[in-house]
Amino acid sequence: MQVRLLDIAHARSGDKGDTANVGVIALRPEWYPLLERYVTRDAVAAHFTEQLTGGVVRFELPNLGALNFLLHGALDGGGTLSLKTDAQGKVYSTALLRMVIDVSEADARAAGLAGTS
Amino acid sequence: MSGSSKDKVVRVASGQGFWGDWLEAPRRQVEGGPVDYLMLDYLAEVTMSILQKQKERDPRMGYARDFIGAMESVFPAVAERGVKVIANAGGVNPTACADAVLEAATRHGVRGRIRIGVVTGDDILSRLDDLLAAGHELKNMDTGEPLATVRDRVLSANAYIGSTPIVEALQQGANVVVTGRSTDTSLTMAPLRHEFGWAADDWNALAAGIVAGHILECGAQCSGGNCLHEWRSIPDLANIGYPIAEARADGSFVITKHPGTGGRVSVPSVTEQLVYEMGDPHAYITPDVVADFTSIRVAGDGENRVRVHGITGTHPTPFLKVSIAYRSGFKAVGSLVYSWPDAMEKAQLADRVLRERLDRLGLRFDQVLSEFVGATATHGSLAGDGRDAPEVQYRIGVRGGDRAAVERFTREIAPLVLNGPPSVTGFAGGRPKVEEIVAYWPALLDKRAVSTAVTIVE
Repeated sequence: MQVRLLDIAHARSGDKGDTANVGVIALRPEWYPLLERYVTRDAVAAHFTEQLTGGVVRFELPNLGALNFLLHGALDGGGTLSLKTDAQGKVYSTALLRMVIDVSEADARAAGLAGTS
Repeated sequence: MSGSSKDKVVRVASGQGFWGDWLEAPRRQVEGGPVDYLMLDYLAEVTMSILQKQKERDPRMGYARDFIGAMESVFPAVAERGVKVIANAGGVNPTACADAVLEAATRHGVRGRIRIGVVTGDDILSRLDDLLAAGHELKNMDTGEPLATVRDRVLSANAYIGSTPIVEALQQGANVVVTGRSTDTSLTMAPLRHEFGWAADDWNALAAGIVAGHILECGAQCSGGNCLHEWRSIPDLANIGYPIAEARADGSFVITKHPGTGGRVSVPSVTEQLVYEMGDPHAYITPDVVADFTSIRVAGDGENRVRVHGITGTHPTPFLKVSIAYRSGFKAVGSLVYSWPDAMEKAQLADRVLRERLDRLGLRFDQVLSEFVGATATHGSLAGDGRDAPEVQYRIGVRGGDRAAVERFTREIAPLVLNGPPSVTGFAGGRPKVEEIVAYWPALLDKRAVSTAVTIVE
């Protein structure tokens, strides 16, 4: 089942130098395992393949139902150097929420997602 | 603040999340209900270099001047009700900042009731060469380059200092504490450490204070501002309440806001702020303690109340982070708006035309960046191709070391209005301005090389 992250998570992003961070938070505790299983470091790197000049690092915060991603080389040098509209990475959050994950039927059922057969 | 120490609650209110934040917020925080401390955060990385330039022009400048107006708006609360103010408004000139507050206090007839603790020692600009000579390399934390690469272009250099000098100022009876480059989080942690007498190695309590500081340091960004979660239903943003931490000696605290204010304090609003600008959550490094954000427990505690507890921390590193600002060339950004039909195609054609002209002029830049606002500027190709956009803002920026080249670039945008693709407008702002870039050099410095001092003025 195809699930868009916007429908199961919210997010906030910010910057540290040329690195953007995106914290993705499950809208319900029972959806956090979906984030952990499907929103992998590699999947996020593939999602942002055109945006990044560096790699992706993922951290898990099960206590907050959240993942934290560091997107290196995301901000055209970052800070005052950057020529980007989003020089401080403020809307990488919603860019990540565009991601669609392909959830197995068993996982969708376990997470209580509507529309599963 | 009465009863046994176990029941004691200390309220720290956040009244400013950056220099330029809502001017109304400090006054609203001290008038909207009971608070013990008002915490005002003014400094961002780039701010210190701007303040350094101001101080070079006028030795009485170099601090966040908004702070004087903020103090004027809260003098009654400070002088009559015992609210204490802690602010890193001192920038590169905390002493001049304190003098300006005292002058304002005289004008308002409260001079005898304002006692300011001035924290100094973070400014290492005049000591840079001595530090380098003594073997402190101040290598760029991101690139590993030695500071010598940019030494002759350095504008400001400050160590991020922690809570200890603020606690000292409070112990000496200050009711206003003015610092330079204190960490944002220490402005909240210090009064808690002072009130509860937390030991300098009570890592869990100190870490809790740091987490409270992280939640408060961006003002209303934890109380419904910039909150994505159910944003449509967040009430009365025009009247948004800034956050307050109600802290207890055991390191637990409740985030809330004054009654009758807008916005929302909820588990999602607080969690969004917790993950903001986060690096490795296991190690949130500060001068006083390393906090573990994976230990934080967050739970609802009634309407617009969120309880935060369970926080753990460990001993800090032997280093302080240093923020060095240096001149790094020039930049300019200009834009034009293209409208339907085929707005995106026209904007893309304008981009090709402009870039060809820049090439023919032989201008060299380190970077030329084109964006199409309304189509792909912030989300790139993830947002589609922009083909159906009813209007597109073509935005192009350049940066490089040659000021004349950047200057010449700024003359190449407006001509497109008459000699480029059609359906163009939005050039009313005129030629873009050339800006000097002040870049940021993060480094680490042995803590023992920095000593802070507290001076009381009244």
